Amino acid sequence: MLAFVLALVIGALLIVFTTESVTSTLSYFFSKPGDFFSAAWSAVSDAYVAMFRGAVINDRGWDFRTVFTPLTETMTVATPLIIAALGVAVAFRAGLFNIGAQGQVILGATFAGYIGFTWHLPVVVHVLVALVGGLLGGAIWASIAGVLRARTGAHEVIVTIMLNYVALYLLAYLLTTRFFTQSGSNQPKSPAVGPNANLPLLLGDHFRLNAGFLVAILAAVFVWWLMTRSTWGFRFRAVGSNPNASRNAGIGVATTFIAVMAVSGALAGLAGAVQVLGTEKSLTGGIAGSLGFDAITVALLGRSKPLGIFFAGLLYAALDVGGRSMEAATGTPIDLVLVIQSLVVLFIAAPPLVRAIFRLPAPRPDAKGARA
Amino acid sequence: MLGLLALVLFGLLPAGGRETTFGLSTSSDFVHLGPVTVPSKASAVVLSVLALLAAAYAGWCVSRARRVGRWVTIVFAVLWVLAFLTWAVAGKSTSLVSLLAGSLFLAVPLAFGALGGLIGERAGVVNIAIEGQLLTGAFGAAVFASIVSNAYLGLVAAPVAGLVIGALLALFTVKYHVNQIIVGVVLNVFAVGLTSFLYSSVLKENAATLNSPPRLPTLPIPVLGDIPVIGPVLFRQTLLVYLLYVAIVVGAIALFRTRWGLRVRAVGEYPAAADTVGIDVNRTRWGNVLLGSMVAGLGGAFFTVGSVGAFSQEMTAGKGYIALAAMILGRWSPWGALGAALLFGFSDKLQQVLGVLGTAIPNQFMLMLPYVVTIFAVAGLVGRVRGPAADGVPYVKE
Repeated sequence: MLAFVLALVIGALLIVFTTESVTSTLSYFFSKPGDFFSAAWSAVSDAYVAMFRGAVINDRGWDFRTVFTPLTETMTVATPLIIAALGVAVAFRAGLFNIGAQGQVILGATFAGYIGFTWHLPVVVHVLVALVGGLLGGAIWASIAGVLRARTGAHEVIVTIMLNYVALYLLAYLLTTRFFTQSGSNQPKSPAVGPNANLPLLLGDHFRLNAGFLVAILAAVFVWWLMTRSTWGFRFRAVGSNPNASRNAGIGVATTFIAVMAVSGALAGLAGAVQVLGTEKSLTGGIAGSLGFDAITVALLGRSKPLGIFFAGLLYAALDVGGRSMEAATGTPIDLVLVIQSLVVLFIAAPPLVRAIFRLPAPRPDAKGARA
Repeated sequence: MLGLLALVLFGLLPAGGRETTFGLSTSSDFVHLGPVTVPSKASAVVLSVLALLAAAYAGWCVSRARRVGRWVTIVFAVLWVLAFLTWAVAGKSTSLVSLLAGSLFLAVPLAFGALGGLIGERAGVVNIAIEGQLLTGAFGAAVFASIVSNAYLGLVAAPVAGLVIGALLALFTVKYHVNQIIVGVVLNVFAVGLTSFLYSSVLKENAATLNSPPRLPTLPIPVLGDIPVIGPVLFRQTLLVYLLYVAIVVGAIALFRTRWGLRVRAVGEYPAAADTVGIDVNRTRWGNVLLGSMVAGLGGAFFTVGSVGAFSQEMTAGKGYIALAAMILGRWSPWGALGAALLFGFSDKLQQVLGVLGTAIPNQFMLMLPYVVTIFAVAGLVGRVRGPAADGVPYVKE
């Protein structure tokens, strides 16, 4: 919590020193310091209030719809983030750094999208098949890195980063072929996914929130079960905490690496599927946005625990959605949000630093906050 | 490792063979210098047969359980690339000199980034934040060079800007023992956010005064620059490229031939032992991370004053990650880093050249080329490389 406040304070300082109405008061700061502080206060509070209105509850609206649109928008944006971050977290817990969520999201979206707009299946079945397609796409893509790591020792960080770019261009290429555009059009955009493959909207036509959110909750529960209740999860964690000991205990480290990457990629692919079936409805080159990279931050923010990731995803999405309305309302660039997000993670990762800043006493060694 | 090497060689081969027979019939291909014209089909076939022989030799060595010399791989790669080029350029002309000079040019930020990264990793601190250091370096160079309207002073500002990210990296990893990969990833996000924020809130409105830096002029070196082929490639470049030569040489000597280098490597391999003989582990790490970030920051200057001039958002576009791959591919040594950076620079330039020429291969696959090369390189050619033993492990004195 303190970490969040601290990040907001630094963000505020950035706003203050880049807003013209404020910096102009600095020239006569010593004769009238009050001007500076009031201008600074209004700049900062305007920006942050706009952010809150855009992300959580719009208190200026009168009807149900205006008031709650921001909140549902946040939930919609959070959906794929949470799922992809769960994937990243599974890899983290097993000691692997899956920086390639981006590529896996793209592949998942590609598979799901393709199934969505070319196959024709009955209701319910179609959605499920498309989602499974997304799972598969992501799993296959991530397995490349897993197999290479297990067979040749190629570092997964490098391989997954490279696969991100390969996936990006692969999708760009596919979108120029007839299989994907489905017509003679030169637009690098696929047709919309079939009506049976859409994830149903949860709150009626006025909100974008869809069943993907339920998928995210299910995914979180699944990851919790996998990591804490299943044999595979135990293996993942064992390899993550000490691969040598695990090998001695008879766990196949190489197979575990591949399995971890496959599960991790499958979740990222699911995120891509949800994005294309629920929110975007058709496949474009920019379908993944920066989802895969944001997912890493969310996973770190949620400390790789399913519940933590759920809330971290919501917070992250809130900052994102709020940032957009802040930009529209006060002209503060949305990039400020990136600064705040990264600072939050940094401060959360280093509790001693936050304690040093606030001059809090160090907790006793047995206290829970002592893990550094 | 040897089996894999052969596997990669043979895996690539059928492609080489098929493409050359495809090779367009009567067309010819110019190579600058005099211009040399060779019949494309014949030479492509000859080259690929030679490449095949090199690969067969490698395979024979493997079957006899002998070590395959590194030169075989290099010869094979050069032949294969030449065969590919002859096929791809068939019927048109290309300048070999500009291809090579361009490769070197594009390799500059990668080599600086990789060098900066390995300076940190040799002391045991993983530096994923190369990307961020390049980006802030590019930003710092652009802004400062614009203010003083002198490109050379931009080169002074770039390392300082890189230092900001380096200092944060050192603070969190060395002082607070936070996981180094996490900090690196987050610092990259931070650098993107910070520079983009400052760009859209300050630079955009004052582009004339803050974001229109002069560019580094090309400085031909008098005698060396006149040597055919080598001259224009190596010695008609900007100051930044010459600085790279110096940095690589100094880096290689300092790390492997001096007392300082020995200490740094000791800290990276076995910090507890280094500590026992009186080396201050964490101070060495601080020093190296800061130094490395300055080198990487200097590389960032390439993106602004070194090439296009003005700064734009996220202009490093993942080059920092490629630099990271170059560092690993170059086995954590300055010369290796330079070689790997040149490889990536070459594949990048090749993609540009072929993109302009227009070949049968879709553009998107050409764009993939540098990344696919990296995957092959990391997985196949290098195999199990071993980094500094204590890389990424925080040192807590007991």
